Amino acid sequence: MRPRREQWIGVLFAMPWILGFLVFLAYPLVSSFYYSFTSFSVLRKPIWIGLENYREMLGDEVFRLSLKNTLAFTAGSVPLATVAAILLALLLNTSVRGMALYRTIFYVPSLVPMVALGVLWLWVFNSQYGLLNETLRRLGLPDPAWLSDPAWAKWTLVIISIWGTGNAMVIYLAGLQDVPQSLYEAAEMDGARWWGKARHVTLPMISPVILFNVVMGIIGTLQTFALPYVMFPGGQPARSTYFFSMYLYDNAFLYQRMGYASAMGWVMFLITLALTLLALKVSAKHVHYEG
Amino acid sequence: MTRRTRENLRQAATHAALLLLAIVFLAPLLWMVSTAVKPLDQTMVSPPVWIPDRPQWENFWKALSYNADELGYVPFLVYGRNTLYVTVLAVIGSVVSNTLVAYSFARLRWRGRDLLFGVTLATMMVPGPVLMVPTYVLFREFGWIGTFRPLWVPAFFGGAFNIFLLRQFLKTIPMELSEAARIDGASEWQTFLRVIVPLARPVLTVVALFTFMWAWNDFMGPLLYLTDQHTFTLSMGLQFFQSQHTGTPWNLLMAASLIVVLPVILVFLFAQRVFIQGIATTGIKG
Repeated sequence: MRPRREQWIGVLFAMPWILGFLVFLAYPLVSSFYYSFTSFSVLRKPIWIGLENYREMLGDEVFRLSLKNTLAFTAGSVPLATVAAILLALLLNTSVRGMALYRTIFYVPSLVPMVALGVLWLWVFNSQYGLLNETLRRLGLPDPAWLSDPAWAKWTLVIISIWGTGNAMVIYLAGLQDVPQSLYEAAEMDGARWWGKARHVTLPMISPVILFNVVMGIIGTLQTFALPYVMFPGGQPARSTYFFSMYLYDNAFLYQRMGYASAMGWVMFLITLALTLLALKVSAKHVHYEG
Repeated sequence: MTRRTRENLRQAATHAALLLLAIVFLAPLLWMVSTAVKPLDQTMVSPPVWIPDRPQWENFWKALSYNADELGYVPFLVYGRNTLYVTVLAVIGSVVSNTLVAYSFARLRWRGRDLLFGVTLATMMVPGPVLMVPTYVLFREFGWIGTFRPLWVPAFFGGAFNIFLLRQFLKTIPMELSEAARIDGASEWQTFLRVIVPLARPVLTVVALFTFMWAWNDFMGPLLYLTDQHTFTLSMGLQFFQSQHTGTPWNLLMAASLIVVLPVILVFLFAQRVFIQGIATTGIKG
């Protein structure tokens, strides 16, 4: 085939995405950057105000609160969900009977759509008749007011994220199954027990997978919106579940402050980038890549 | 302890842990099913009732048509039809567009290809909320607010994640197959359609499934763009239903939730093997 023609055909096949990228990604990204330096709403044209939006954020207490909530939730949820997913994957990587069924059981919760998830857990966490507190009372344990106590509300979301960790679990499981059996045999020859094998073979071998999942977890958790929106309208109780995305949404569509919301979006982008780079840097020493 | 007994003990401990965790993981779902078929007077009782005296199968019907006449609510069936409409179009668009684009990235040579692919991967880092305002403004300019278009049209223009997934797979098909087709006088289009697409069927299924889940579950899109109750999707409808009756008819709320959840779980069980492989690929072969 002549090169000119080849070039043309290649571009033609890629055309849907070239258009999609320009219209639904590049243009919105550039315009949002511009909007972040303006004051505007659906009804009013953007007016240039320079860095005013960013300056305002520094003194905005709700902004600070929503950022604090989001970072605290990410710091609690990502590590715990990661540990849970790895432990589940380790259990699923053994050979006991009925394994296929167990895999399905641990995976299915992650399929529940966000809104249904919220409604279901509102009922499970119901302080009086909910399944969780009924069980806790029966076991003689304290039964906190999960949904109305600001100290506990965030933990409900952490618990739900652990329950729905199926995707990460499946990825870890695939990673575990890729670890060559010969490495374990070599470790056994050197006298390694269970922990030795986990520490010196399993963890290094799946470290790239852990990094991938942690980075995806951070990116996703920082954006948390639908679940708290359904379960805790307005970030109740006492705004303890009022997250960054919710404040951004309220600014854009409730207070008609789209310039400010755009600036918030860019701050979120920068935080996401910073945390991702941090994860890459921290892991650089520990992540083991083959060949 | 001999090596043998230790091995047996470990087996037993593993099994016990799996069983216990399985019960914990299943409990909320069983609780949802159980509540969905309870009469109202058995929902809020202590100790909880797991199996109601008389299962109320009509709860599902009641949830679907809850007070539709008296309160002017739109019945759930309409939400279901809307969701199906959006989901089917999104799945078609996503499979068609992403396959074409991934084919170009994986198997055609053109200037700028690798640069664009790199940029494509980088866009996966962009958090959704950054695009919330500008995309809304854009769709408003198109006159799409209050229509289904914002929810399915973009699917026809590809998405980074699915392009990546498909490209990884298409790259594994030997180039000799394409060359052989070319020597036989097939055009690029014919090679794509007759040689590559049939071979890629499993991964096309994965993309279709992912898109189905994403469109069926989407809440942010409908929340932003749908303005009229008659156009709500199931996710929106369920949230609306819930916010109107904070807390009271738990049996109907669970029945409605189950109606939203069940299709997703059924589709998953139906295509479990392909699906799990797809997820594993996204994290491993990256």
